[in-house]
Amino acid sequence: MSVETQDVESDGAKVPLWNDPKVRALVSQAVLIGLVLWFGYEIVNNTFVNLEKRKIASGFGFLNTTASFGIIQTLVPYTEASSYGRVFFVGLLNTLLIGGIGIVVATMLGFLVGIMRLSKNWVVQKVATVYVETLRNIPLLLQIFFWYFGVLSALPNARNSLVLFGETVFLNSRGLYLPKPIFEDGSGAIWIALLVGIVAAFFVRRWATKRQEATGEQFPKFWATVGLVLGLPFLAYLLSGLPVSVEYSTKGTFNLSGGLQVIPEFVALLLALSFYTASFIAEIVRAGILAVSHGQTEAAHALGIKNSHTLRLVVIPQALRVIIPPLTSQYLNLTKNSSLAVAIAYPDLVSVFAGTVLNQTGQAVEILLMTMGVYLAISLITSMFMNWYNAKMALAER
Amino acid sequence: MKTKILAIAAGAAISMVAAQAASAATLDDIKKKGHVQCGVSQGLAGFSNPDDKGNWTGMDVDVCRALGAAIFGDATKAKYTALSAKERFTALQSGEVDLLSRNTTWTATRDTALGLNFAGVNYYDGQGFMVRKSLGVTSALQLAGAAICTNTGTTTELNVADGFRADKRRYEVVAFEKADEVVQAYDKGRCDVYTTDASGLYSQRLKLANADDHIVLPEIISKEPLGPVVRQGDDQWFNLVKWTMYLMLNAEELGVTSKNVDEMKSSGNPAVKRILGVEGNFGENLGVGNDWGYNIIKQVGNYGEVFDANVGPDTPLGIARGVNALWSKGGIQYAPPIR
Repeated sequence: MSVETQDVESDGAKVPLWNDPKVRALVSQAVLIGLVLWFGYEIVNNTFVNLEKRKIASGFGFLNTTASFGIIQTLVPYTEASSYGRVFFVGLLNTLLIGGIGIVVATMLGFLVGIMRLSKNWVVQKVATVYVETLRNIPLLLQIFFWYFGVLSALPNARNSLVLFGETVFLNSRGLYLPKPIFEDGSGAIWIALLVGIVAAFFVRRWATKRQEATGEQFPKFWATVGLVLGLPFLAYLLSGLPVSVEYSTKGTFNLSGGLQVIPEFVALLLALSFYTASFIAEIVRAGILAVSHGQTEAAHALGIKNSHTLRLVVIPQALRVIIPPLTSQYLNLTKNSSLAVAIAYPDLVSVFAGTVLNQTGQAVEILLMTMGVYLAISLITSMFMNWYNAKMALAER
Repeated sequence: MKTKILAIAAGAAISMVAAQAASAATLDDIKKKGHVQCGVSQGLAGFSNPDDKGNWTGMDVDVCRALGAAIFGDATKAKYTALSAKERFTALQSGEVDLLSRNTTWTATRDTALGLNFAGVNYYDGQGFMVRKSLGVTSALQLAGAAICTNTGTTTELNVADGFRADKRRYEVVAFEKADEVVQAYDKGRCDVYTTDASGLYSQRLKLANADDHIVLPEIISKEPLGPVVRQGDDQWFNLVKWTMYLMLNAEELGVTSKNVDEMKSSGNPAVKRILGVEGNFGENLGVGNDWGYNIIKQVGNYGEVFDANVGPDTPLGIARGVNALWSKGGIQYAPPIR
């Protein structure tokens, strides 16, 4: 009897509101969200109130102000009369340049060293081990200083440059001077041909893969790609009447002028970043390869597949599934570590924008927000791409 | 419920603390914590440089020591934060330091948009160039195409850009964050030219491997009035820093030095009586003791003594008074009277 009464009570609407688990959950979550929002508002509001109180300028109007300082390496046209907004753009491109090239070099070197560490050749294996153990245990900043102040500044001074390849390439402590291609009128055809070549190569490769899967017939994919991507632009170059000339560096009062200058700050940073990151990538690659069961290699050998093909077609595709996720973090690290550029005057985003511009305008809040936003965006885009690649490489179960 | 109330209380407390920090009087804070927190350079001989015992010395440091003497009657009651050119304004704005005394040039932007106030000029400087003798350059006008090493975030960087831009001359600027890195890069041959304030060139030249292989070019391309900086919106503290510097100049003008200050206390000259606190209540008006002037001169010295001890002809820097001489001796150092 009494049991029945209790059941009715718990099913009915007589339970007080504050004892209803659903209501309690809703209320507590709403309160939490409210608190977080209020806290965020309070921080922003407090910042602005205090900035105003201290009479520090705020807002993004400063981006249109003339920068009036020079930058040593600019990928887009920039003069002292350009705006702070332009400085942001220049710094961003310099960061992307070092990050992009650094990732490519670190990956190639890392894969090479990782495979070397597994070599049966004693010398090769020990060389790789020493490389990894040395480089990953020395702080990156020291390595940057080592390359910059230790190695590159030991190059001959500007008046005694090393001359390579018959007066076309020069090397001194101010950088590497390469011939600079000048694209004249009519060179547009070359770029169009390059684009066409890349697209065509993509489709030819897809067609070749399909045909091989269907019929087993092989197609020289590599040479076809080279022919399309390099051959087509070259053909366009010949047909459009050789519209590209080359500008060589010439000796000036102090230094070489003209040509394409690769500044030592860039080289030092690139070497330090990619050598350092490569040592981590090598370990990731080694772990990935070791994760592929030895039976796979034995099976491939039993089928008569030669060593290089076994590595390329059997082991690495399986190892990549283990390699890609930690590799992504290394790519993100490399990009973020490039902000150490500030120590050796490479004009990256942190150095010129969050450094010089911040100092000239004093608008720390706006500038740091923009800079952090950029690094966040770069990292998220890299992550997205790597996740996509990881999904593509994942085991396709049938 | 309990947690909610706690959270709100905590949040309210945080925002109140933050609001308070912005409005509190700097001088009261200094008296409470017992020392002046001073932002100085990371090492510039003659201006702010730690000696072999780790004590900071230099002209800029003496401004801080004078404030310690004025407020506490003890010149050692000052602590120092070494700041790079890039960090200095943020450190002052955020209240990390009470005063920035770091060979900083007085400019319109810094005086307005940065929310700061310059309390005066303790050294009139100008930007110069240093090159290797072996280059055979004798004038800054021959520097077209040169690679120039400098500090990032300085007026120096801007002056170079202005100068070369006006003449449409090509140049390459390599800007480092730390002064030591600039010197090292110049010394290793990364640049043809090292540029900074002329006083800085004399000071940094001492750090080069072979100081005699380098010359400072005769041209001075800019005005660089260097002086201590405070935050806007605290007039009491601003006044104290300003008048501390004026007091040291007035003392030099009246011939009061750290050596004769005790005898001068009984001097018949009313102006001397006023700066030493024998007459009047100038110290009280500034929020410190009336013997502030006596303490500053006794423990730190007058402006001329400070100049001679740190950068003058008898020091390794060997800089002549030049424009930094008193107005009565052909210079432009001029202080309003204390009366």
